[in-house]
Amino acid sequence: MKIHIKNGRLIDPKNGIDAVQDIFIAKGKIVAIGAAPDEFQASRVIDAQSLVVCPGLVDLSVRLREPGLEYMATLESEMAAAVAGGVTSIACPPDTDPPLDEPGLVEMLKHRAKSLNQANVYPIGALTQGLKGERLTEMAELNDAGCVVFGQPDGLLPNLRVLMQAMLYASTFGFSVWLRPQEITLTGDGVAHDGEVATRLGLLTVPVCAETIAIGNIILLTKETGVRVHLCRISSAEGLAMIRSARQQGLPITCDVSINHLHLSDMDIGFFDSNCHLMPPLRSSSDRDALRHGLLDGTIGAICSDHAPVDEDAKLLPFGQSEVGATGVELLLPLTLKWGSEMRLPLLNVLSKITSDPARILGIDAGHLSLGSAADICIFDPDHYWKVTSSAILSQGKNTPFMGMEIPGGVKYTLVNGHIVYEH
Amino acid sequence: MINRNPQLDENGVLQHLLTTEGLPASVLLHILDTAESFVGVTERDVKKIPLLRGKSIFNLFFEPSTRTRTTFEIAAKRLSADVFNLNIAVSAQSKGETLLDTVNNLSAMNADMFVVRHAQSGAAHLIAKHVQPDIHVINAGDGSHAHPTQALLDMFTIRRYKSDFRNLRVAIIGDILHSRVARSQIHALTTLGVPEVRVIAPKTLLPKMVERLGVHVYHDMAKGLKDIDVLMMLRLQNERMKGANLPSPEEYFKYYGLTPEKLSLARRDAIVMHPGPMNRGVEIDSEVADGKQSVILPQVTFGIAVRMAVMSILAGNQV
Repeated sequence: MKIHIKNGRLIDPKNGIDAVQDIFIAKGKIVAIGAAPDEFQASRVIDAQSLVVCPGLVDLSVRLREPGLEYMATLESEMAAAVAGGVTSIACPPDTDPPLDEPGLVEMLKHRAKSLNQANVYPIGALTQGLKGERLTEMAELNDAGCVVFGQPDGLLPNLRVLMQAMLYASTFGFSVWLRPQEITLTGDGVAHDGEVATRLGLLTVPVCAETIAIGNIILLTKETGVRVHLCRISSAEGLAMIRSARQQGLPITCDVSINHLHLSDMDIGFFDSNCHLMPPLRSSSDRDALRHGLLDGTIGAICSDHAPVDEDAKLLPFGQSEVGATGVELLLPLTLKWGSEMRLPLLNVLSKITSDPARILGIDAGHLSLGSAADICIFDPDHYWKVTSSAILSQGKNTPFMGMEIPGGVKYTLVNGHIVYEH
Repeated sequence: MINRNPQLDENGVLQHLLTTEGLPASVLLHILDTAESFVGVTERDVKKIPLLRGKSIFNLFFEPSTRTRTTFEIAAKRLSADVFNLNIAVSAQSKGETLLDTVNNLSAMNADMFVVRHAQSGAAHLIAKHVQPDIHVINAGDGSHAHPTQALLDMFTIRRYKSDFRNLRVAIIGDILHSRVARSQIHALTTLGVPEVRVIAPKTLLPKMVERLGVHVYHDMAKGLKDIDVLMMLRLQNERMKGANLPSPEEYFKYYGLTPEKLSLARRDAIVMHPGPMNRGVEIDSEVADGKQSVILPQVTFGIAVRMAVMSILAGNQV
């Protein structure tokens, strides 16, 4: 299928382009930008007048809940949600049931995802067998099966000896290691940031040092092993400062922040809103402000949705007993735009945080609109505001702290490999 | 997103009693004044009045309790309500029914009021958010969050023995970190205009930024008790006495247990309170508990009148 996208405002952060230009697509690839190639006969013309045409978004954390957790969500529902959000490449944490620790499971997931012909799925392989933190997984085999990076995303870090070995082993093959920094003995049964809100509400707490102690250990182990490390879901100003200084020393460390932590603080828990039961917990407003600036100075490389659909009953429980997580893949673009406009940033810089930058962290060839590259494209109306409601969200999870809010950015078309997979 | 205080309707009328936090002083004083009129009832030969005749009150105790449940039951019966006690810790929940399923089933039996105790902070809020608008919820203790009727009976007791909240120094002593009673007391005291509320505890028993609740923090009984008019002791749970919070009950008693010597550091006319049940020899010495400055037994008596007041006010505040 040959597609001509005309009159759109093309924004391609990687190539530094922000201009009204047409794009021409054939055989799944971008074949021309600007003028049409000779004898180009479009079978479909998309008029993108007053719309933004940008690379399909790259989301570094989307839980598809398969295999094993289909009562929360299915591949079908969440893949449809992803493309409705303009997301064309997704990294999936290995905390499924069973975890993604065997090549067969990864192949099955890749195969299932491919047959749906929607977003590209990049499974994050388990760093240790069963995510138990005891024995290394067959990382090279898992890589052959399709895992691009390896992690322990539920925050259960292996003991330091095993972690060091896993990092050394991963670095042997040039794989990067993705870790959510959390010292579990300090987290315990905690459900909220150790601050005024938890004190008022009588909730068990997760101190900031649960994050910073883990970051400190990981930084030292990065020095020791030389592996590339990505720290997932930073929540505190102090943790951010440690990462900033490690990067200044030249250590190969990147990190990301979730849309939730970019906009919310523990105050948003209000009267025990279980939609705000997240891990790491929402921290103070000064932590949130530091994260918003950390993105600006580049310490934080990417914004992710930390998409975690939860079934409704699991949230209709007292705060501490409710399931952790929020749906988000459809909110990634709007909440990134919201951050950008609140910080008064040009769209080119804003969109890099959800396209080219996360693609580089994940190590994939995506998130840009270069000639000859796969035509993964998101076309959206930046001035369209919509209200977050259960029916407006396609994800099976309806749990989000942003329910009821008006947010900017309506996705009109999503293309993956030159196919229109979403149209609104 | 922060919503309106879920205890009040759009006109500021009390619909549920979930916490003392955020309630205006007028609402608290109205409860205390109403309780005043019920104290007489509890002292009569015929102790019943027909205010809640025909109303069904369910005591939903998801956590074991004898004292609090009993005082709620007595209060409801003195108001002529029909009372149903459900010890849910051993029934529905163990069969896998969720908290809201249990509540919905009971609502279908035409409940008018739920008295709820639960081990999780926020349980009463959750129920109040999901019951039909004509059903009232009273929080009888949720996790470490709130125990508003206990705090109100404490305020009632203080008012009986000390004339004016606005010139008192009050100290709350013990396990503030895990105490729903302490949190509710702090909010009630500051709302009623007590100019100086202190908390006295070792650092392992204090929550972070507790001073933001409007209290002064002390770790030393000798300093903390100076010039104090009211001492509010807290119960130390058995499981906290030996472990990561405290090394031993003996050491705790030595430094934080209320003995006659330590009590003598407070004002001579200071009163001593305790929400019960007491650990004698751990947080309080028997000589103090049974001494003439103790108002611990009157607290229990007033507890019935205060709970009658809360129930009658809620039942009268129809939507």
